[in-house]
Amino acid sequence: MSQMSIGKVVSRSFLSRPATRLYPFEKRPFYKATRGAVAIDIEKCILCGICQKRCPTAAITVTKATKDWQINRLRCISCGACVDACPKKCLWLENMYSPAVVQKGADDKFHQLDKPGLETTKA
Amino acid sequence: MATRTIVPFGPQHPVLPEPIHLDLVLEDEKVISAIPSIGFIHRGLEKLVEKKDFLEMTYVAERICGICSFIHGQSYCQAIEGVMKIDVPERALYLRTIWGEMSRIHSHLLWLGLFADGFGFESLFMHSWRVREKLLDLIEETTGGRVIFGTAKVGGVRRDMESLTLKRVEDELKIIEKMSHELTDVFKKDSSVKRRTVGKGVLSKEDAITLGAVGPTVRGSGIASDMRKLGYAAYGKISWEPVIETGCDCYARCMVRCRELYQSFDMIYQAMAKIPDGPVDVKVTGNPNGEYFARVEQPRGEVIYYVKGNNTKNLERFRVRTPTFANVPPLVKMLGGCELADVPVIVLTIDPCISCTER
Repeated sequence: MSQMSIGKVVSRSFLSRPATRLYPFEKRPFYKATRGAVAIDIEKCILCGICQKRCPTAAITVTKATKDWQINRLRCISCGACVDACPKKCLWLENMYSPAVVQKGADDKFHQLDKPGLETTKA
Repeated sequence: MATRTIVPFGPQHPVLPEPIHLDLVLEDEKVISAIPSIGFIHRGLEKLVEKKDFLEMTYVAERICGICSFIHGQSYCQAIEGVMKIDVPERALYLRTIWGEMSRIHSHLLWLGLFADGFGFESLFMHSWRVREKLLDLIEETTGGRVIFGTAKVGGVRRDMESLTLKRVEDELKIIEKMSHELTDVFKKDSSVKRRTVGKGVLSKEDAITLGAVGPTVRGSGIASDMRKLGYAAYGKISWEPVIETGCDCYARCMVRCRELYQSFDMIYQAMAKIPDGPVDVKVTGNPNGEYFARVEQPRGEVIYYVKGNNTKNLERFRVRTPTFANVPPLVKMLGGCELADVPVIVLTIDPCISCTER
């Protein structure tokens, strides 16, 4: 009996398309709910620092004096605690992972410009 | 008396991705006794309660284990809710049951694959993991993470599932259930599988009680011990009976897991049919003061969470007794008198998770 059922599975696997994807050509779709990299709309941010306090891995640093919000991508565990805590709702989780970092300690830095509406810089 | 040899098994061994070390005392090919040693990957997570506040600890608890991640988070939340006497909304309890059972299915499918790999049935291993992959996609769609669900929260859950999603999940689960039948049929009936498992690693009913075995290990020895019968989350509101097998050997423990798969599917369908509307979390105010034991059934057995609060943000004491720790003495008992070639199969039947044992 078991030979019958494994035979069925094997022949189906033999005849159907591969279970894996041809990666660079066919990418895996991410779901809407997927927890990926933390993103910020820096112009809406009031630099209150609640996200920094709530972050369980201390990945976020907010510097009010220089108007900088920075995140260490290697420390971040994409838990979303900062997103839940943000009073201005200017943080969200992308449904895509952040690109691989090439250097330790190179945080993603977002700087709030004095003139609102202008593009943010990313160092 | 024949010459005795001591053969080291692990901490690096092809059948186990995790480091457990056993000194096997052999007489020819027969194992006379096994001396286990653990402690290779202690991470000091319990000590972290002094640094992280009790709400942040949920994230740490979820990362104690990669396979039963959600149930660890849930147990921790239940312990804190017990101390603080928080009433969790009904809907959150049902969602916890649904995700908990999804986590059990994914753990059991993973184990079935590893078990097949343990006795050298490579294609069965691949088939199990292919079925599991479909479930992981569902988990990612509903929670946002493939293995670290991240949905447990003190006072409820962090995400809700819409009724449309619930329906879709149910349909998908029915497909996965059908695929699992083809898999478990092989475990159940294949003669080569039976040759490697029937009569191996016998743990009698008396030994299972004396040595304090938990989970599928104890249920494979004919004892109906399942913490879900305590009725936490929504388990008290759905009808089910613990799965037991009386074979006491590796085959019986494998059958317990195969049958528990379908039980979990059934529990999810029942929970989805009964899930009430309403909020999914309550606001938590104040600090925990007092102590509490939470006993929860994980895929591997009973886990005990002990928390003690002293009315500050940080807990005073946090302790986890994981199922693998309880299953090590029964494992040593099973290994006595077996053949060397059966050691990997027997070790796998307790589903060892060393990372959570050592935390």
